[in-house]
Amino acid sequence: MTGFEVTQKMNQDIAVLYLKGFLDAHTAPDLEKAFKDLIEEHKYNILVNFFDLDYISSAGLGVFMGFIEKIRENNGDIRMSNMTPKVFKIFDLLGFPKLYRIFKNEQEALTSFTE
Amino acid sequence: MMKKHVHLQLPSHTDYLDVIREFISKLANEAGFDEENVHKIALALDEACTNVIRHAYDGGDEKYVEVEAKVDRRGMTITVSDSGRGFDPDAIETPNIEKLLAQHKFGGFGLYIIKTVMDDVNFHIEPGVRNQVQMTKYFKKS
Repeated sequence: MTGFEVTQKMNQDIAVLYLKGFLDAHTAPDLEKAFKDLIEEHKYNILVNFFDLDYISSAGLGVFMGFIEKIRENNGDIRMSNMTPKVFKIFDLLGFPKLYRIFKNEQEALTSFTE
Repeated sequence: MMKKHVHLQLPSHTDYLDVIREFISKLANEAGFDEENVHKIALALDEACTNVIRHAYDGGDEKYVEVEAKVDRRGMTITVSDSGRGFDPDAIETPNIEKLLAQHKFGGFGLYIIKTVMDDVNFHIEPGVRNQVQMTKYFKKS
């Protein structure tokens, strides 16, 4: 039950972050760094794929809140896809679907950036 | 149902959150909770410990967080204790994410999650002396 990994892949002008493992107060700084790096590189269209994420606590949720304003000010967005029901429940519990677009799969999320 | 009473004391540092989750998941699983409730119990304990680590001692890691878990025929009760600065449990409200974002607050979800995923939650706050969050998950919610 340990470890967290974030990897990045560009899909045209969309940065896709793949999360793997356990996102808690200990590993949240790794995700913060990934967002900071993208912002420094002026990459503001970001899709986060949760397929391999086993666990998230509120410390992980806080990371998504910390960057959304800056990203939207630059006409970008953080969109999300491939959440397991267990992970989605936590986002849903705190009302995230009101403010973030969450898609079933990566392709739907990627397409949404071109709409 | 075998009764169990386990007491853990760990440094107040995020390094140990995975150990804490593994410990409580094993105990909850052995007690007979299903996968969904094992997850809820581990999440609640993670949130309670994270609150202590982040807020009770202003991030200092020379202090400890204490976890006590009891299993009886009704369910599992977990008590998380610290001797830090405490908090006001009456101030816990349903988070309004739009309002929090507007106020540049990116947290404050932990206690709300605990109250939502556990069946019974009680607080005993004595700042600087002993603060306790006690949470129970029943085998069958009455």
